[in-house]
Amino acid sequence: MTTTVAHVHEETDAPYALSHLDALESEAVHIFREVAGEFEKPVILFSGGKDSIVMLHLALKAFAPAPVPFALLHVDTGHNFPEVLDYRDRTVTEHGLRLHVASVQDYIDAGTLRERPDGTRNPLQTVPLTEAIHNLKFDAVFGGGRRDEEKARAKERVFSLRDEFSQWDPRRQRPELWQLYNGRHAPGEHVRVFPLSNWTELDVWQYIAREGIELPEIYFAHEREVFRRNGMWLTAGEWGGPKEDETTETRLIRYRTVGDMSCTGAVDSDATTLDAVIAEIAVSRLTERGATRADDKMSEAAMEDRKREGYF
Amino acid sequence: MTSTTDQVAGLDDLAATTLLRFATAGSVDDGKSTLVGRLLHDSKSVLTDQMEAVEAVSARRGQDAPDLALLTDGLRAEREQGITIDVAYRYFATARRRFILADTPGHVQYTRNMVTGASTADLAVVLVDARNGVIEQTRRHAAVAALLRVPHVVLAVNKMDLVGYAESVFATIAEEFTAYASDLGVPEITAIPISALAGDNVVEPSANMDWYGGPTVLEHLETVPVSHDLTACPARFPVQYVIRPQTPEHPDYRGYAGQIASGVLRVGEAVTVLPSGRTSVIEGIDALGEPVDIAWAPQSVTVRLKDDIDISRGDLIAPSANAPATTQDVVATVCHVADQPLAVGARVLIKHTTRTVKAIVKEIPSRLTLDDLSQHPDPGQLVANDIGRVVVRTAEPLALDAYADSRRTGSFLLIDPADGTTLAAGMAGESFASQAEAADAARDDDGWDF
Repeated sequence: MTTTVAHVHEETDAPYALSHLDALESEAVHIFREVAGEFEKPVILFSGGKDSIVMLHLALKAFAPAPVPFALLHVDTGHNFPEVLDYRDRTVTEHGLRLHVASVQDYIDAGTLRERPDGTRNPLQTVPLTEAIHNLKFDAVFGGGRRDEEKARAKERVFSLRDEFSQWDPRRQRPELWQLYNGRHAPGEHVRVFPLSNWTELDVWQYIAREGIELPEIYFAHEREVFRRNGMWLTAGEWGGPKEDETTETRLIRYRTVGDMSCTGAVDSDATTLDAVIAEIAVSRLTERGATRADDKMSEAAMEDRKREGYF
Repeated sequence: MTSTTDQVAGLDDLAATTLLRFATAGSVDDGKSTLVGRLLHDSKSVLTDQMEAVEAVSARRGQDAPDLALLTDGLRAEREQGITIDVAYRYFATARRRFILADTPGHVQYTRNMVTGASTADLAVVLVDARNGVIEQTRRHAAVAALLRVPHVVLAVNKMDLVGYAESVFATIAEEFTAYASDLGVPEITAIPISALAGDNVVEPSANMDWYGGPTVLEHLETVPVSHDLTACPARFPVQYVIRPQTPEHPDYRGYAGQIASGVLRVGEAVTVLPSGRTSVIEGIDALGEPVDIAWAPQSVTVRLKDDIDISRGDLIAPSANAPATTQDVVATVCHVADQPLAVGARVLIKHTTRTVKAIVKEIPSRLTLDDLSQHPDPGQLVANDIGRVVVRTAEPLALDAYADSRRTGSFLLIDPADGTTLAAGMAGESFASQAEAADAARDDDGWDF
């Protein structure tokens, strides 16, 4: 039994053209299958954020009707949104996936990582992440990083070779030609793979809408106890906010990115549906990270420096 | 800053856009960064926080106006040294189309960077300084675009404000470039007089050049046809991965997953699997979970065949009526992209579509000088940024097309088996600059479709 897909034709005027979303989807699926074909033990970095959710959705489509041949790895900062952890666990159960968790809190409790004075845990993720990769012997690690996010990311390859210390060296990247990805690596090295490299924030949201993908509810407008720090609305909670000189208030907000509570800011919004969120982003004059990430504001090269150390 | 037309798209329009991949090429002082910055800025693709960062840095450096070039220099070393290290990819959109721009630096390492950027591009913008006209570097850029078979080339004659917006200056440069690029085999050339600094003909039509009746750079980018020609070629389907769920619901499902490299696949079509040469018929096509009758490049699909034959990653499925020949003697033009040289006798890996095999470099018959397109015979080795002809013997047969027929199935990488370094980017078959030699190779191997 076969039927012709009509939606591909509808979206463009030419008979054999692909809409930009179909082209991006096709490219990302190709990347997932290349990794499945060439690596021994790949893993998908899964945070419960929209980019990793889209990655998982693409992986499900890439290997259907077979299950996704990869496990998931979550770096748990200890300051995650409960709604997101709940979403993560439901997703793992629903698709019969295997989840590995690398916990920042465990490292702090063991004394191998020290809490920063500003309470931000995002930079602390690098050590648990890279140790999990090496201990569990993953040779390919999918990340949801997009080149439109940040200037250093604009230079990132789709297949990004990391040395035995997980380091990224922008000067020693392999040229990436056509759709021929070179994943060869020495023992101890691994490759970070970014299937969403060519997607923008808007592409991700449009794809979520088109595919009807469920998201954690914090992406939609809701009332929440927040307080102001460094020009951003942060969620009040046991993680360490607010301080004495900071006051909480209840505001109608939503999150544009999902990350550590200590450095992920909410935006004022009344967008309760996907259409409303897309409309809001289409006219936003702030980038995703500019609006919501405290850790990128630390210095002009904050992302580059963290990437060099092994961060995504 | 010029005023702009409202480019914010309606939501319905957003879903209906197509994607154009293009690359820019220009030498250091041609104003490429300014053009890219102008395109991003005037298409409203620069957001407030990005612009504020550029304004802050420009002010700190004592510059009067925001330096749009800062929008594109992302790395610490680039900002410190004022150079661009490597290809960067930028994204912007208008109501009509989405764009992926491969922003290639124009410094000494031009060749491998431009080859990298051009390999996935549907269009290349070659920038020329109106005061200098067509120079050696311009000819190199045209030659690389031709070599990589970029379907559309835009000649942007920049800094028209510095030559009094004179039509005669533009016409002379456009004529010289068009003649040169046409000789190289560039199929479509569009010349546009611009001033990236002042904004003339980049996004907004110029009031200073009413003699020019053509499109602005952005208008052209929005309307140029994207590569539908992929589907006019014979179908090629490199098998990436075999999907066998072996679950209670799908005990017998066996699908060959891949991205259609060129052409159209239809259910019921007779196909041949290479290199084995076994034949079968397409029983079904699953487009990411949805059964379809027809699929075309560059869709990622899963193909099921009527017969249970031995097929694995690296095989190629093609219509029996139009299957490529296989060969173990690859004649190609390569661009050397690594710092370590490639010498005759080198043992390498060749990665072609989804197949990686051992190979040995038998001959390097010539090295090309891009400046004048002259051939230097028997260079012995190729070093970084060299372009040369090679003859490679492979351990197993490859189903290679000529690059001229398919950028996807005619291209390959040479890889150093010792450390995995990508050594060279290869394009099989005839090269624009060495037709006599390619004809000789064709006589030796009648499997080549020259």
